[in-house]
Amino acid sequence: MASNVAVGANARRRVGALIGGFARSRELTLAVVLVALATLVAARAPNFLASTNVVSVTALAAIIAIAAVGEALVIITKNIDLSVESTIGLVAFVVAEVLKQHNLPIPAAWAIGIGLGLALGMANGVVIAIFRVPSIVATLGTLSIYRGLTYWVANGHEINSNDLPAGYTDAASRSILGFRIGDFQFPGVPIFVVLAVFVVIVAALALRYTVPGRQLYAVGSNAEAAATIGIRSQSTVFLAFSLCGMLAGVAGVLWGMEFGQLYASSGTGQSLAIIAAVVVGGVSISGGSGTVIGAAIGALFLGLINNALTVLLLPQEWLQMIYGAVILFAVSTDALIQLRSQRAKARSRIR
Amino acid sequence: MTESGPIDVIKSADEPSAPPPVALAGVSKRFGATQALADVSLDLLPGEIHALVGENGAGKSTIVKVLAGIHQPDSGAVVLDGKAVLLHGPAHARSLGIAVVHQEPRLFPDLTVAENVFTGHAPKGRAGSINWREMRRAADEIFDSLSVRIDSGAIVRGLSMADQQLIEIAKALSVEARVLVLDEPTASLSAHEVERLFAIVRQTRDRGVAVLFVSHRLEEVFELCDRATVLRDGRHIVTAPTSQLTAPDLVRYMVGRSVSLFPRSAAKIGDVLLDVHGLTRVGAFRDISFSVRSGEIVGLAGLVGAGRTEVARVLFGLDRADAGEVTLHGRRVRFRSPSAALRAGIAYVPEDRHLDGLVAGFSIAENVTLPILPRLFPRLFTRSSREHSLAAGYVDRLRIRSTGTNELVDALSGGNQQKVVIAKWLATNPRVLILDEPTRGVDIGAKVEVHRIISELAASGLAIVLISSDLPEVLAMSDRIIVLHEGRVSAEIPRVEASEERVMFAATGQIAEDASSGE
Amino acid sequence: MTQDPQTVNRPPDSSPTSTEASIAVGHPRNATNLGRGLVSVVARWEVLLIVILAVVIWEGNQISPFYIDWTNFGFSTGGTMEVAIMALAMTPIIITGDIDLSVESMVGLSGAVLGVLWAGGLPLQFGIPIVLCVGLVGGLFNGMLVTRWGLPALVVTLGTLALYRGLAQVVLGTSYVSNFPKAFTDFGQGYVPGTSVPWTLLAFLTAAAIFCVVIHMTWIGRQVFAIGKNKEAARYSGVRVATLRTALFAVSGMVAAFAGVMLALRTNSVRSDNGSGLTLIVVMIAVLGGVDINGGKGTIPGVILAVFTLAALQSALRLAGVSSEYQNVTIGLLLIFSVITPQLARQFRVLADRVRQGRHRPVRDPIPGEVVR
Repeated sequence: MASNVAVGANARRRVGALIGGFARSRELTLAVVLVALATLVAARAPNFLASTNVVSVTALAAIIAIAAVGEALVIITKNIDLSVESTIGLVAFVVAEVLKQHNLPIPAAWAIGIGLGLALGMANGVVIAIFRVPSIVATLGTLSIYRGLTYWVANGHEINSNDLPAGYTDAASRSILGFRIGDFQFPGVPIFVVLAVFVVIVAALALRYTVPGRQLYAVGSNAEAAATIGIRSQSTVFLAFSLCGMLAGVAGVLWGMEFGQLYASSGTGQSLAIIAAVVVGGVSISGGSGTVIGAAIGALFLGLINNALTVLLLPQEWLQMIYGAVILFAVSTDALIQLRSQRAKARSRIR
Repeated sequence: MTESGPIDVIKSADEPSAPPPVALAGVSKRFGATQALADVSLDLLPGEIHALVGENGAGKSTIVKVLAGIHQPDSGAVVLDGKAVLLHGPAHARSLGIAVVHQEPRLFPDLTVAENVFTGHAPKGRAGSINWREMRRAADEIFDSLSVRIDSGAIVRGLSMADQQLIEIAKALSVEARVLVLDEPTASLSAHEVERLFAIVRQTRDRGVAVLFVSHRLEEVFELCDRATVLRDGRHIVTAPTSQLTAPDLVRYMVGRSVSLFPRSAAKIGDVLLDVHGLTRVGAFRDISFSVRSGEIVGLAGLVGAGRTEVARVLFGLDRADAGEVTLHGRRVRFRSPSAALRAGIAYVPEDRHLDGLVAGFSIAENVTLPILPRLFPRLFTRSSREHSLAAGYVDRLRIRSTGTNELVDALSGGNQQKVVIAKWLATNPRVLILDEPTRGVDIGAKVEVHRIISELAASGLAIVLISSDLPEVLAMSDRIIVLHEGRVSAEIPRVEASEERVMFAATGQIAEDASSGE
Repeated sequence: MTQDPQTVNRPPDSSPTSTEASIAVGHPRNATNLGRGLVSVVARWEVLLIVILAVVIWEGNQISPFYIDWTNFGFSTGGTMEVAIMALAMTPIIITGDIDLSVESMVGLSGAVLGVLWAGGLPLQFGIPIVLCVGLVGGLFNGMLVTRWGLPALVVTLGTLALYRGLAQVVLGTSYVSNFPKAFTDFGQGYVPGTSVPWTLLAFLTAAAIFCVVIHMTWIGRQVFAIGKNKEAARYSGVRVATLRTALFAVSGMVAAFAGVMLALRTNSVRSDNGSGLTLIVVMIAVLGGVDINGGKGTIPGVILAVFTLAALQSALRLAGVSSEYQNVTIGLLLIFSVITPQLARQFRVLADRVRQGRHRPVRDPIPGEVVR
């Protein structure tokens, strides 16, 4: 009898470890699928690897990835930010407008963009953490308000790329680390990608190795238990929204560089793409689990699907449907894993 | 320090001159109508394992929560090194060296084992960053010292209750605790794991930590503890070295409460209405058999976690059984949902009326009619006159004190809320009524009322299953008592043979005299 | 079995410091007042909306003499009826604690299917029922994923938001269909003969009446509220929680499909992007109408008032020459302030309580050496 139980416990532990391992390797799984898909696409359509295509795929994916990192921080705390697209649009437009009107150095434009994003994020944080408005309602409101502010700034105009300093818009197509050996030319890494990788690494390290980073997880995983060890969930949530706004600000500046042509409606619809990237990247909408690396890979994955349709000359109409299927597939697997682990837990209560 | 109980308190021969690291001085705590603790004093000495025993609801958990800083005493205080301290919260208590292992693990399910052990005091490396390797190592070290094999890198979600319990213990050990409080830590552990835990607790004691060990398993008290304190009804009864106590002594101190009860009126006992045979749900209970006749009250006694509520949940269609059969009025039934059980005539007054029994924000009438809406209003439209006259009938019959059937249930006292829950189930016109802790947290007057109601219902021909941790209540109300111990029936005692001692012995798994009564 | 991780998840950020709960627990004798307070707050919400509506209409009248005019009324309400009717179906879903983000895509999908069927030669009187069935199936799919698989409604409907839009694009491609028969477009664009009441307004009012009756006067509605207030207690009381929640999603899908038909007939054209962006406005109307996003509270009359407040506001802003882009800002501001105001009042009350308690803090017997931080 006793040995029987012990064997059961061992098996259970192994199943638990396996499930844990799978859950943790979501990033890895996704990365493998990503590479496989890219290889497949490259085999079918050689122009997929052409440097212009690579730059255009990665530029948009990098922007979404940076915003997705911010969104992931918020979702980890069991909240949601629907207003990121409006923050991106407003920041992009304001920065471009400032550059158009005044002769400012590019770094100043960066500072304005990031500062504005931070302010907008903090405004969300105040409404949510201090006034206790459910985040979905609060950011639904600021989604329209920030968009409205963009219309107010735009005042019926749009911005063309030739209104902007060349140094600003050129950055989008610039790469670094390019080299040439004989006939082989390595085009280098697009600067957007470098920036996105930098953001992801910094965020990943901060989430893993700093106390506030861990507190984001603690609050999202079990707010009550967090309170019993003295974590203030209000400040933690405020921090998450502020950082989310700031990163949306970075994404906004990049958006302006990438597109040059800016309308008051720029960025509309991106919130859902960003949240989709986060969810596909394995961040649980019920809070407490997931990584920013996953979110970034999710962004790249969705970007890749998008581009694959183009280069494979498949109908672009499939895109949304595939996105939807990917999201549903991702959450169902999560639920299945959770269900199974909960069953294992229930079974293991046998004495 | 110790209060004089009904017997002489045996003081240890030479009291240490230094004040105890932690003591409770005359602590009282009241929750609504219930006096959870009344002037309880207790001292915990370094290098000693102190057992805290008592029936369910005797106030053990309240003491734990006071020590943990979750509850602040109404009067009296926690005394640290001779100084009274106001504990502001769990974090504060912890910072003062009081480590508490709660009965229900409070972990972060999405984080790893190691991180759960060290949340709030993670080892830091260079530049204040969290040193994961060190954290893993330290966690492994603790688990090694406990000779437990848990992968400290595993995610907590999905781990067994036993493992989670061990993580809680590791968490408590990871801080330099001066006091370790363990609230029924063995409730979900296997015999082997219990042995391991005891070794750890002894080790901890030998390091000079004061240990408070809350349990209602008597054999554990004698095996592990140096001194024992018995609580009853929130009062301190006795504190004595375990060497000077016997199991029957402890049982006697724990039981024997004087409670005014409504006299049970005799009911005509009829045919078998509910028959349960070999009912098993893996992980909860196994091979449970009993039957209930019309007009009969069958008490289901046992300690918390013995599987009583779990049996009720299966009978009511909330969970499925893995084996066994249930026969209702001669027909085999297998409910897939509560609505099916309701239609077949089973009603269940759940244990937690706030969570499962009442809809807060609904009026008395709305709550009472919730289970019978389709039956009451076959034409779909609700008619408040009908609803209120029906509810008013129950308000009268059960003597629910309120300003009217329109009053929100949130505004009622605990006893009246409980009566609303009972009214709600009576409205379904059940043949079998299962009551799970129907008088928990209600004041004494309401308790008598509830007993009167139960008694009258039995007289009217209902078959009643009464789950209760309140021994006098079970004894006074039941025609027969089924005692569960660790998911199995450990005794079936007819009314005439029942005594508190006998039920308590069966419930703690010490089937002393004749266990083979009643078949 | 199928219920349900959400029960555990739901009281999310508010749980650790839910001031309301702590008040109720802390002062049981105040509970009566609290209950009454809640009732009066809800009652006051509609009053507040009526006041806002009145102010808007008065202001509108200052702006233009044509504001209070039946023609203008018909014109300004006719254009918002799609979102209005979807807000009706969204209300019970939010009351049970769920949400349906996919409605705007269902508008697109139903329009696309309708267009393809019509272009393929199927008369609209057959096409429209088919489209409504598509909506029903789509809603059922949402509901099944949420209740049977226990997935969060937010993510499921986020997924189907993309999925249904994608289906619309697959069905219709980049083309568009127009030239619906006049008999039908009259429904979308025209007025009830002899009045200035648009047909669509009539459709909305009919639907509103039905929803109002079902939610507030039948036991189905009662069960909806019971689920929203306490899912477990509802289940213990024999309410078929999963079935009812699924049904609400199915209704929402069908209503969204109907809104898609309305939009197609009003604009006399369908494209695969019909209706994009509407979900947020639908949710906004519901919240503005006093529906608690955490479930358990809300009224159909409140939502109806929110619809007219919005229509009046848009009309006033239009007459004032404010472009349509800004109108959303006003709605957003209105939304946030309408939610913050009661919160502020509550926090003020808590603060006041604390100050009062601080003054009367019972001085306990001084225990020697007490450490009070």
